[in-house]
Amino acid sequence: MAYMTDRKRAEGMGSAKEGTHHHWWMMVSSAGLAVLTPFFLFTFAPMLGKPHTDVVAYFDQPFPAIIAALMIVATFLHFKNGVQALIEDYVHGTARKVTLIATTCLSYAAAATGLFAIARMAL
Amino acid sequence: MPDVNRGNRPLSPHLSIYRPQITSISSILTRITGNALLISALLVVWWLLAAATSPGYFAVADGVLTSIFGKLVLVLSLWGLCYHLLAGLRHLYWDNGGSMEIAWAEKLGWACVIGSVALTVLCLLIIGGLA
Repeated sequence: MAYMTDRKRAEGMGSAKEGTHHHWWMMVSSAGLAVLTPFFLFTFAPMLGKPHTDVVAYFDQPFPAIIAALMIVATFLHFKNGVQALIEDYVHGTARKVTLIATTCLSYAAAATGLFAIARMAL
Repeated sequence: MPDVNRGNRPLSPHLSIYRPQITSISSILTRITGNALLISALLVVWWLLAAATSPGYFAVADGVLTSIFGKLVLVLSLWGLCYHLLAGLRHLYWDNGGSMEIAWAEKLGWACVIGSVALTVLCLLIIGGLA
């Protein structure tokens, strides 16, 4: 270390050059979610508390099923990238890596579970 | 890094020193609502999974979500969703270079806070009408 030049010590310590892509993806997913949210809210929420047969029959229709599927995928991918910024700000070292892996896995698992549920009712 | 002087550089004042302002509060609320909405999103997925599984399982999940506690969580989530949506639109507007002045930033902050409450009430009325 003592023989390293200042430049050598600084090299590779800069940004990962992926910030623009991350930001753009958050813009794309937030714009999509801004449109999807009212559609999902007003199809999903009235079904709460309804009889089981009504709920299954409702999500057997194309429009509510497609809206719910899109909402689930967009939400959890938006969450995956959003929580990444949160973790990178507040969690450090190995804990950061572990938390990032855990939230990424949770996001995909939840999206897959939601899609499976919609597919099972719709098909 | 033993050879780096960390002692007498000027440092940012700690967060607790700042007076809370609508710009900082509306910013951190965006982060809090966005991340807390994970709980609601997981509840919705659980409810859908239960509906796709069996009438018995659906009765359990639907019972939890429509209980007093469940409704409290869902209404708070609806407010969080409305707030995060408005704050997100504000972000998209800012990202396009719009209204960067402090006076406008403060107005937009209040618009998010007050607008989210108004939007929550409006959504509840619409959902009540549809249900």
